[in-house]
Amino acid sequence: MLESKPRIQLTRQGDVMVVELVDRKILDEVTILEIGDQLNALVGETDTPCMVLDFINVAHLSSSALGMLITLHKRVREKNGQLRLCNIQPTIHEIFVITRLSEIFDIAESRTAALVGLI
Amino acid sequence: MQQVKLSSTWEAIREAGQNVLGEVARQGYDESFVFSVRLALEEGLINAVKHGNGMDSSKHIDLKYSITPECVEIVITDEGCGFCPVGVPDPTRDENLEKTTGRGIMLMRAFMDTVEYSERGNQLRLVKHGP
Repeated sequence: MLESKPRIQLTRQGDVMVVELVDRKILDEVTILEIGDQLNALVGETDTPCMVLDFINVAHLSSSALGMLITLHKRVREKNGQLRLCNIQPTIHEIFVITRLSEIFDIAESRTAALVGLI
Repeated sequence: MQQVKLSSTWEAIREAGQNVLGEVARQGYDESFVFSVRLALEEGLINAVKHGNGMDSSKHIDLKYSITPECVEIVITDEGCGFCPVGVPDPTRDENLEKTTGRGIMLMRAFMDTVEYSERGNQLRLVKHGP
């Protein structure tokens, strides 16, 4: 079986998993599935996952990528965990606002701001 | 209009998308404009591969485009039996907010001036006018 390309970069700050999305474009199904699998594997590691998802590298994402993020959000919530997004570029943030997903997701401006109250 | 025939693969649509967007940027449109066209073009092509042609790489996508200083016009046709965009529920309604699908058309409409489907529903026309 082929191993998927690493799509995320993980650092830990206490109990918080800080995950940087590596790809600049999160568009096609293969990329989205691989990111979803890698994030879900992390969420599965702990009983109450606490994750900061850093979009610093992301310049483009598709509606399917939003679907993957919603699935992740639900999974974290089911485990009474916390998911916070950060460093979302203005054009991508506009997508979250237009779709009203900015009302579902906890979004912080920076990684530092995202970590406030989590560590 | 320029015309390209694509196989229904991610690689083919990625390459074609890059070519079109390169021409849009060369025409002098700003980053925000290119972002809008990219979003709509990629949503349209992904839908054509995934929903239109059912990921069948033997089926083709017909991509036509015209890029002028006045506007960008893109027409994407797949070999599918088409769908009715009217039947897609509004993803911004409270009860649909956590659904994982159904946002592509809405995003295209938000970022383009014209988003039209043919009567059969297998052809998408996207237009964005220059500033």
